[in-house]
Amino acid sequence: MSEQAMQSPSGAGDLMVEMRGVNKWYGDFHVLRDIDLEVRRGERIVICGPSGSGKSTLIRCINHLEEHQQGEIVVGGMPLTQDIKRIEQIRRSVGMVFQHFNLFPHLTVLENCCLAPMWVQKKPRREAEARAMQYLERVQIAEQARKYPGQLSGGQQQRVAIARSLCMHPEVMLFDEPTSALDPEMIKEVLDVMVELANEGMTMLCVTHEMGFAKTVADRVIFMDQGQIIEENAPEPFFNDPQSERTQLFLSQILGH
Amino acid sequence: MIHNHKMIEARPAPSNTIGPLAWLRANLFSGPINSLFSLLGLYLLYLLLVPTIQWGLINADWVGTSRDDCSREGACWVFINARFTQFIYGLYPRSELWRVDLTFATFAGLIGWLMIPRLPFKRWVALVTLVGFPVFAYFLLYGGHFGLPVVQTHRWGGLMLTLVLAVVGMVGALPIGILLALGRRSQMPIVKSFCVVFIEFWRGVPLITVLFMASVMLPLFMPTGVSVDRLIRAFIGITLFQSAYMAEVVRGGLQAIPRGQEEAAAALGMGYWKRMGLIVLPQALKMMIPGIVNTFISLFKDTTLVMIIGLFDLLGIVQAALSDSRWLGFALEGYIFAAFMFWIFCFSMSRYSQYLERKLHTGHKR
Repeated sequence: MSEQAMQSPSGAGDLMVEMRGVNKWYGDFHVLRDIDLEVRRGERIVICGPSGSGKSTLIRCINHLEEHQQGEIVVGGMPLTQDIKRIEQIRRSVGMVFQHFNLFPHLTVLENCCLAPMWVQKKPRREAEARAMQYLERVQIAEQARKYPGQLSGGQQQRVAIARSLCMHPEVMLFDEPTSALDPEMIKEVLDVMVELANEGMTMLCVTHEMGFAKTVADRVIFMDQGQIIEENAPEPFFNDPQSERTQLFLSQILGH
Repeated sequence: MIHNHKMIEARPAPSNTIGPLAWLRANLFSGPINSLFSLLGLYLLYLLLVPTIQWGLINADWVGTSRDDCSREGACWVFINARFTQFIYGLYPRSELWRVDLTFATFAGLIGWLMIPRLPFKRWVALVTLVGFPVFAYFLLYGGHFGLPVVQTHRWGGLMLTLVLAVVGMVGALPIGILLALGRRSQMPIVKSFCVVFIEFWRGVPLITVLFMASVMLPLFMPTGVSVDRLIRAFIGITLFQSAYMAEVVRGGLQAIPRGQEEAAAALGMGYWKRMGLIVLPQALKMMIPGIVNTFISLFKDTTLVMIIGLFDLLGIVQAALSDSRWLGFALEGYIFAAFMFWIFCFSMSRYSQYLERKLHTGHKR
C-alpha cells in the first residue's frame, strides 16, 4: 500500500513494534500486565478478547494515546519516551482507525484527508489533495469527497477514516474495533478495505471480533483476558486447537451463536 | 384488499385551519378563559401604548434650539437634537469629528464585509480588522502623527467612547478568554492553577470595584511621575474582567467536543496547538456563539460603569447634560435616548448571532 511498506522486506527480524514488560494501571486497576509483543514489518495481528481485557488499551499505548507506566515500547526502531517530539514523530508513522470513526465533522471528506499531510507533513495543498483523492478512490468513496462526514453512512465514514490515516503514509496501522459501531450490512465494506490493505503488505494490529477476518488475513491471533496475553498463535491452530481453557470458552461463545 | 386506481389530488386545507382568523382562534380565543385574558391583555396594551405614542411621537416637539421651543405636552426631543453631537462624540473637537466618522465608517465597512457571506478574502479582511484596524484607529482617533493634532482621551466621550471601550473589550477578551480556558484544562499544574486563580478572582469581584481600584489604587503603586491614561486603565480593567467570563463560556464549549476528536488529531501526529486550532476550537466556537454574544452584550452595557472613573460614555454624557441648568427637567427624554441607542446595538448583536447560529448549524449538519 504505502511506499515504505512495499519496499521493506517482510520478516527477517525487521521489527515494527516491540513491547517488553509493559504494565499500565488506571488508578489502582491493573489494566495491562507484563505485555510482551513483537510485531514484524508486514505482519498482520488480530487481537481479541472479552471487553475490559485491555486490548484497546494495548494498541492505544503504541501511539501513546494511553501512557504506560512500566516497560518499554519501541516503534519502528524508536523507543517511545515522554518526549513530546518523539511521540509526535512516532504518531506520524502510526495510523489509527477508531471504533467511532472520529472524522472531523466541520471539514469535508477531502479536507479530513488533507489536513494532516498539509499541517503535519507540510505538503502543498495540491499534492495533499491529489494524494487524498488517490486513497479515497482506493476505498471507493472518491465521489463523496466534497461532502461532510455527517452526510455519509457509518460504513462510508469508516472507509474515509481509513483513507485519512493512509494519507500520512503510515508504516503500521492500528484498528480499534473498526466495525463494532457499524450496522451489520456495512461491516463487509469496511472489512473488504482492510483485507485489501492486508494483502498489500501493510503492518496491521487489529482489535476486532470479526473472526472471519482473523482467519482470512491474520498471521497471528492474540487472545487477551484481564490485561494479559493468554494465548498467541497462527489462526489455524488458534481456532482449531486453542490451548487455554479461557480461550476455548471465549471462542465457543463468540463462534457459537 | 385495497387497490387504488386514481391518484388523489392535493386539496387546500379547510379554511378554518389556515389564515389569520384561524390563527386568532387557535392562539387568542381558544376558550372562554383564554378569550377573556386576550381581551384584557389587549386593553392593557391599549392603555399603555396610546399615551406613550401621544407623548413620544404625536405631541412631541422635534425642532428648535432651546427649551422654549417645547410645548411641554409631549416629549421634548429638541433637547436630544441640540445635544446630539455631544452625545455621539463627547468633547471631541468639532473640527476633528471627521476622524471619528472615518474610523467608525471603516470599522462598519470591515464588519460588514465579514458579515456578508458572498464577499471573498474573508481571512485577510479578518486579519486587517484584528491587527491593522486598531493601529489605524489609534492614529486617527488619538492623532499626533501625519499632521493630525492630538486629541487627549479626556475629550473622548459619548457613543464614540462607548463603542471604543466595547470594541477594545471584545477584541481583547475573546483571545485572552480562549487562552485562559485552554489553560484551565491544561495538564500543567502551574498553568492550570494560574488560570483558575485568575478566572475566579476576576469573576469574584464586581466590575465597578475593578474600575475603582484601577483609578484610585493603581496610581499609588506607580512610581511618581508615571501615570497611565485613565482610558487605558479602563481598557485593561474591562478586558481582564470580561476575559474571565469569556473563559468560562469557552470552557463550556470545549467540554462539549468529544474526546475522540482530539485523539484522532493526535493520532495523525498533530501537536497541541494544531489540535486546538484546527480541530477543537473551530467546532467549539460554533457551539459557543450564543454564550459569546451574551458576554459581548453584557460587556457593551457594562461600559457605562466607566462613569465611576470620570469617563463620559454615552450614558454618562447624557446624565451630565441633564444637570445643565438650561435643560433641567428632561431626564426622561435623555434616558430614553440612551436606552434606545444601547438597545439598537445589543439587539443587532443578538440578531446577528441568531443568524450566525442558523447558518453554522446547517453547515454542521449538511
